[in-house]
Amino acid sequence: MTIWKPSVLTRVLLGLAIFLSAFPLYWMLVIASRTNSDAVSSPPMFLPGGNLGQNIIAVLNHPEAKFVAGLTNSFIVASVVTVSVIIISTLAGFAFANLNFKGRNALLLLVLLTMAVPLQQMGVVPLYRLMVSLEWTGTLKAVILPYLLNGFGVFLMTQYTRQSVPMELVEAARVDGAATLRIWWNVVLPAVRPGMAVLGINTFMLMWNDYMWPLIVLNQDNPTVQIAINSLNARYSTEYSLIFAGTALSIIPLIAVFVAFGRQIVGGLMEGAVKA
Amino acid sequence: MSIDTLPRATRSHYRRARPPGRRWRSRLDVKAMPYALVSPYFLLFAAFGLFPLAFTLYYSLYDYDLTGTTEWAGLGNYTALLGDDDFWRATVNTVAIFVIATVPQMLLALFLANALNKRMRFRLAIRMSVLLPLVTSVVAVAVVFTQLFARDWGLVNWLLGMFGVDSTNWRAERVPSWIAIATMVDWRWTGYNAIIFLAGMQTIPRDLYEAASIDGASQRRQFWQITLPMLRPTMIFVVLNSTIGGLTLFSEPMTFYNGNPDGGSQGQFQTVAMFVYKEAFREFDYGYASAAAWLLFLLILVGAAINFLFVRRIGGTR
Repeated sequence: MTIWKPSVLTRVLLGLAIFLSAFPLYWMLVIASRTNSDAVSSPPMFLPGGNLGQNIIAVLNHPEAKFVAGLTNSFIVASVVTVSVIIISTLAGFAFANLNFKGRNALLLLVLLTMAVPLQQMGVVPLYRLMVSLEWTGTLKAVILPYLLNGFGVFLMTQYTRQSVPMELVEAARVDGAATLRIWWNVVLPAVRPGMAVLGINTFMLMWNDYMWPLIVLNQDNPTVQIAINSLNARYSTEYSLIFAGTALSIIPLIAVFVAFGRQIVGGLMEGAVKA
Repeated sequence: MSIDTLPRATRSHYRRARPPGRRWRSRLDVKAMPYALVSPYFLLFAAFGLFPLAFTLYYSLYDYDLTGTTEWAGLGNYTALLGDDDFWRATVNTVAIFVIATVPQMLLALFLANALNKRMRFRLAIRMSVLLPLVTSVVAVAVVFTQLFARDWGLVNWLLGMFGVDSTNWRAERVPSWIAIATMVDWRWTGYNAIIFLAGMQTIPRDLYEAASIDGASQRRQFWQITLPMLRPTMIFVVLNSTIGGLTLFSEPMTFYNGNPDGGSQGQFQTVAMFVYKEAFREFDYGYASAAAWLLFLLILVGAAINFLFVRRIGGTR
């Protein structure tokens, strides 16, 4: 069939898209591996230099950035939220997809509605005041707790469970005397594993990237990695090689996840888009 | 698998062997357990969804000052906001950045998706590389772009200089700063939206295209007459997503001014989300910030409605 063959124009367009996608990341690496005076030279230097290790050590040891704490905290926050959201969402998704109870459709509609409200921006003042009165500001639980609410996760897992766990399977397990929680653990969880992977990757990236809320509830002594970059950027905005080494460090975990799970991420995104 | 495939003996064995206490418990399990399973979500929703929304409304009706005293203000905060030039400027900035970012982004994503839909080698690798921007962290990328758009030694000015364009001070003026920020947004989201469009395109039945090419319709014509109208549901999803994300834009413009919510010396790229942040956490005017948050929500609803109606018209009603 001729219509599916790429034309020259298509190839050029794709090549350009790939180049533009990769270039800022390449540029980050260039500046992160050079000295500060190289970063502001004209004409610009387009090849990486030899200072990457040195710049990374400098940013890790920077007394004000707290970069090691930032990386650790981001890792803790992202992991705890990811695991919790997966548990909460698979439980609720199982109930909505496979169990009968009064008010099910109304509750599911409520989940859908909450997905459309940008709660992060809307509720930020009362949430902050709540954290202050609990004396939780500056702690990781203040960052973690509001993000356990994830309507998208419940919606995704409901859709996923509906498609991959037939009602007969649940009924059969019940006849075998399995209690609901046991069915969730032994029947549902193994079947929805691909959906859990998509939700997990999605949530981890979202949390790793989060900026506004940690900026509000954390202080600079105990930051997440985005806040660490932010405080470097606020005070040393012209120390390019230092900041860029920091940004490179903040991206490495995400790139690693992406390279490891690229196939699932692409597949999951495309599947999710059609299901929604 | 169904019940019938289980060995008969096993089934009756379990039914008969259940003691009375267990039966009562299992009825409770069937009746109550579903609610227990969904309850974590709804408890969280009450604590971190309903409570903040309701209290934002409550706060917005009060005046707060720095000493911590509060006073009933009625709709005073709202009327003050509507007369506040800074708020209007932030609203115009937000909408302008949204439009500058979204219109080219949707077109690019559509053409990119169309290109990705062709049969070719290295398909997965190509799809992964257009998704690459999505998996980078927002602040890090905003830092890189801020440097690329720097006035004196930024790559963008250097490139434009080669074509004889004078150096632009991207941060100092409204339209250039909007373009710079829109570029960051588009860099991140175009590939993602293209992948979503691609998923939508692959659900379009192929025989539609085959019939069209037998009728002699060109590829371009097929794209406009088949692909685009059939893609409408996907487009609604993408556009609504972009509307919510675009109108609550925060990280990119914040980082563009080194983490300062002023959005430039004259607020030329301060967005409404930054305005809310500044009023709440720099001025500690919780009432004013809460009222602004509700107006932002209103803006999102209006934006979503307009975009929804617009997308529904794409490709006509054929």
